Amino acid sequence: MKLDQLKELIQSEFPDSIIGEDENSSPQALLIKPEFIHSVCVLLHANEQTYFDQLSCLTGLDNGPESETMEVIYNLYSIPYDLHFMIKVVLDRPKPSVDSVSDIWNGANWHEREAYDLYGIHFNNHPNLRRILLPNDWEGFPLKKDYVEQEKYHEVKVKY
Amino acid sequence: MWSRRNITRLKLNTKIPLTLSSTYLQKFEPLKHKESDLKSEEMIDNVGPQHPATHGVLRLEVISDGEIVKDVVPHIGYLHRCFEKHAESLAYNQVIPYTDRMDYVAAMNNEWAFVMGVEKMLDIDQEIPKRVEYIRVLVAELNRLASHFVSIGTYGLDIGAITPFLWMMRDREHILRMLEWASGARMLYNYIWVGGLFYDLPVGFEEQAKEFVDYLKPKLKEVETLLISNKIFIERTANVGVLPLDLAVNYGITGPMIRASGLKFDLRKVDKYSVYPEIEFNVPIGKGEMGNIGDCWDRNWVRYMECLESVKIIEQCVEKLLGDHKRTREFDPRQMVPKKIRPKAQDLYVRAENPKGELGFFFRADGRSDQPFRCKARGPSFSNLSVLPEISKGCMIADLFAIVGSLDLLMGEVDR
Repeated sequence: MKLDQLKELIQSEFPDSIIGEDENSSPQALLIKPEFIHSVCVLLHANEQTYFDQLSCLTGLDNGPESETMEVIYNLYSIPYDLHFMIKVVLDRPKPSVDSVSDIWNGANWHEREAYDLYGIHFNNHPNLRRILLPNDWEGFPLKKDYVEQEKYHEVKVKY
Repeated sequence: MWSRRNITRLKLNTKIPLTLSSTYLQKFEPLKHKESDLKSEEMIDNVGPQHPATHGVLRLEVISDGEIVKDVVPHIGYLHRCFEKHAESLAYNQVIPYTDRMDYVAAMNNEWAFVMGVEKMLDIDQEIPKRVEYIRVLVAELNRLASHFVSIGTYGLDIGAITPFLWMMRDREHILRMLEWASGARMLYNYIWVGGLFYDLPVGFEEQAKEFVDYLKPKLKEVETLLISNKIFIERTANVGVLPLDLAVNYGITGPMIRASGLKFDLRKVDKYSVYPEIEFNVPIGKGEMGNIGDCWDRNWVRYMECLESVKIIEQCVEKLLGDHKRTREFDPRQMVPKKIRPKAQDLYVRAENPKGELGFFFRADGRSDQPFRCKARGPSFSNLSVLPEISKGCMIADLFAIVGSLDLLMGEVDR
């Protein structure tokens, strides 16, 4: 299935959900409005023509303080059709939040926790959104471009 | 100067940290379950992070009712070394040693996946010389063998069989020495470079690999009789921790685990990367011979069968490296190594079959710098571990460790 067909499929169900295409991506990518991400994923997961049954990777991304945006990138893969697809969602940097897809793919649960842990992106309706890699009382979100380490963590100097 | 005055000042200024008190633990890694929510007869057990059966630093919060496990909550992050943050401040070729330290028993496979991604971004992935590709396959498959030996050996150790562990470690040591001969390091190689290799194979490596494979074949047979088809081992692992296929796909499980659940899904066949299409090998899948499809025995058996397939691949590689693509004076493994790695602005997701499963890298290059703007590693163990609570509900506590061992976790990759 080509990108155009995928685009048509999504557009026929949710007419205003697509913002644009990203040509410099491999696999091909579509930019989707954040409020539609859950319903689009439900569609792509259940549709007989696509059947994206595996969420390969979920990436959080910070474009830096100048651009005021953050992104979440979903890498979907369909095992029966051998089909790759990338979905991008652009979020507001001061208060990033997007709907969780962990009820569609259980594997997203930990990936979303990781994105929350390192970027502070809030995933609505996530069953257990807490830090995963860092300790719970860590301050700040380390992968943000303007992150500054805390001085001391439990009386231990962080910066060396 | 270390005077008496210093000692007293030290004492006065140092507050005694609440290191082992429960409030301190609750602060930095709170338990998911509360004691007040437990039913009668239930209790919270803490396993790890320093426990031999957890293969590194995995901490499990186990809710148990007598011998029965009610719920398991993995707590991870004890080996977090900020790989992704480091990668953002290093040039692409400098990140390769960091990828070694993710899955440190299969470092060749890690760096190969990373290098493949960078080569795709630079559009030189089709121009890599054939000999380089065959050497990459050879060392990666040797390392896959080493990784599976650790997995099978420690799995036997987890459930009480000590001899196979020592045997597997003995054979793994041969592989590590060969790879040390090629790259100079025993486990963390930095051998595969963007566009080529560190060096050509040392003279005589191919013959040595052939000799090793001939030595290994009867040893693998021994392991099969000693461990895989051992009645005690079968009783202990068959029908334990059954992972149904639909659940596995939904959780993003890959590698030997999804094959043990009955799906013939191997990225070496599916994506056909490198020279794998030119090499003949089978993809073993779990058949539920001893119990149900997708139980612990199947997972271990698939890993064992993959060892046999890796042996086949190594033999074919050696044949090619001594025949069609043999060593010449003109061959330079760094011929395609770019002087400057600056990919144009793009996003790329690349994946490769690691011993543990699908290792993926997501790159964003901004086109202006030599450093990745974002480099996310999707470790197979990370996703494989996330299914543990599902498949260990209702099992015995002793079986929990049989299940954890069969996942073939490597915490360096889970935590990155």
